[in-house]
Amino acid sequence: MQKIEAIVREDSFNPIKKALEEKGIISMTVSDVIGRGRQKGVFLKWRAGEHRIEFLPKKKIEIVLEDNNLQVALDIICKIGKTGAIGDGKIFVMPVAEVIRIRTGDKGVEAI
Amino acid sequence: MLINSGDNAWLLTSSALVMLMTPGLAFFYGGMVRRKNILSTIMMSFMTLGLIGVLWVLYGYSLCFGKDIGGIIGGLNYIGLNNVGQLPSSVYATTVPHLTFMAFQGMFAIITVALITGAVVERMKFSAILIFSIIWFTIVYCPIAHWIWGGGWLAKLGALDFAGGSVVHINAGVSALALAIVLGPRKGYKDGTNMTPQNIPFIVIGAGLLWFGWFGFNAGSALTSGGLASNAFVATNISAAAAALSWMLLNWFYHRPTVTGIATGAVAGLVAITPAAGYVKPIMGIPIGIGVSVICFYMMRLRNKTRIDESLDVWACHGMGGTWGALATGIFATVTVNSAGANGIIYGNLVLLGKQLLAIIVVWVYSFGMTWIVGKLIDKAIGLRVSETEESIGLDISQHGESA
Repeated sequence: MQKIEAIVREDSFNPIKKALEEKGIISMTVSDVIGRGRQKGVFLKWRAGEHRIEFLPKKKIEIVLEDNNLQVALDIICKIGKTGAIGDGKIFVMPVAEVIRIRTGDKGVEAI
Repeated sequence: MLINSGDNAWLLTSSALVMLMTPGLAFFYGGMVRRKNILSTIMMSFMTLGLIGVLWVLYGYSLCFGKDIGGIIGGLNYIGLNNVGQLPSSVYATTVPHLTFMAFQGMFAIITVALITGAVVERMKFSAILIFSIIWFTIVYCPIAHWIWGGGWLAKLGALDFAGGSVVHINAGVSALALAIVLGPRKGYKDGTNMTPQNIPFIVIGAGLLWFGWFGFNAGSALTSGGLASNAFVATNISAAAAALSWMLLNWFYHRPTVTGIATGAVAGLVAITPAAGYVKPIMGIPIGIGVSVICFYMMRLRNKTRIDESLDVWACHGMGGTWGALATGIFATVTVNSAGANGIIYGNLVLLGKQLLAIIVVWVYSFGMTWIVGKLIDKAIGLRVSETEESIGLDISQHGESA
């Protein structure tokens, strides 16, 4: 079992969610986060001065998947989330030791 | 004429009440947008107090109420408040100092410009809305106010607009629609990104201030402190109450009785009674209020279906609410309430409704057309929209360097 933590653009979130739904990937946890990459945020310039925006709003999607579903999800997020501009985000993949459904006590892949 | 202290006291108070409606609107709108744009939305409303507050006394009052030129526009005889002093005008609000009438009218001009901004939130450049406001105020608001209130051609024809159903609400509503179409939708709108209200308590504060201020808006438009003002006052409250109640019930029928809904319903009720408050029997506030909530409720759904991002439904509530109000005036008006008015359809007179319809069409066409043109011109000159990055970060930071 694997967990995806995907940091994506706010505007990309809805299309990604819909595409995942179509492939049967429905359960997820979503949070509003702020973050930055190597560019240290964004620099806005105008006549009256400059302003560095250090952290930009993004959406974080956390999904736990069976191993054979992982690539499908990664492909969707990469394809829809990519605009080519700085700020598209990142995906982190990590192994999951255990999954438990609290209501029923199901464990493992059954509980995903 | 002699100054009537009751009239002046009420009209000055009403001016203050209407002034409060603009910050009220700022909260009403502000509560409906995403957190990152709340300050920008508030700013777009609040700045009108400064901008239009100054332009009004420089030349706006004169263009609206100055010496009539061909029924189209007022002259420059009141430029810089020339000849607007402590003595009453011989034409307008003859029992109060001219300054009072001018101040009262100024508050209307201010809020009309602020109303339009609801359509363009979360993506319009601040500099662009400033320039738009100056031009729109000068070539759309002032002529229309002159035609209907300043002794212009629509007034001479006999169209009735007690407190601004056409001058303020249809005008702003239809202009809002035009500007929203020229501007384009918010990024993410077409993808269904969540853009629901993020500060609903502010919406209620706003609606409360608007309802309170509207007593000045409508009852103050009697320009006197006698029975007519009372008529308008009560009609206003009844319409707001009826509309709030019926919107709440409609909302419940569809999903749940939402707080956003009842606040919107109350505002719609206030919009609809605006042209009618001093011409109809107060109890007619009930059918007028129920009618407007049904109409505006479905107009909002319709607008949503068209996928035009007229973000805060200024057209659905003010444009269509004002249209219904103007028609309702043609239906329910009676000279027993106001001898300076006329009788409506239920008293056997079809002519008034015809005149109302004419005024409605004129305002629709002129406001929409001129706003479209001005919007396109400003877009060509400096661009209407912020950049994509600025829109993502939010206008509070990108336009105002502030965060709430």
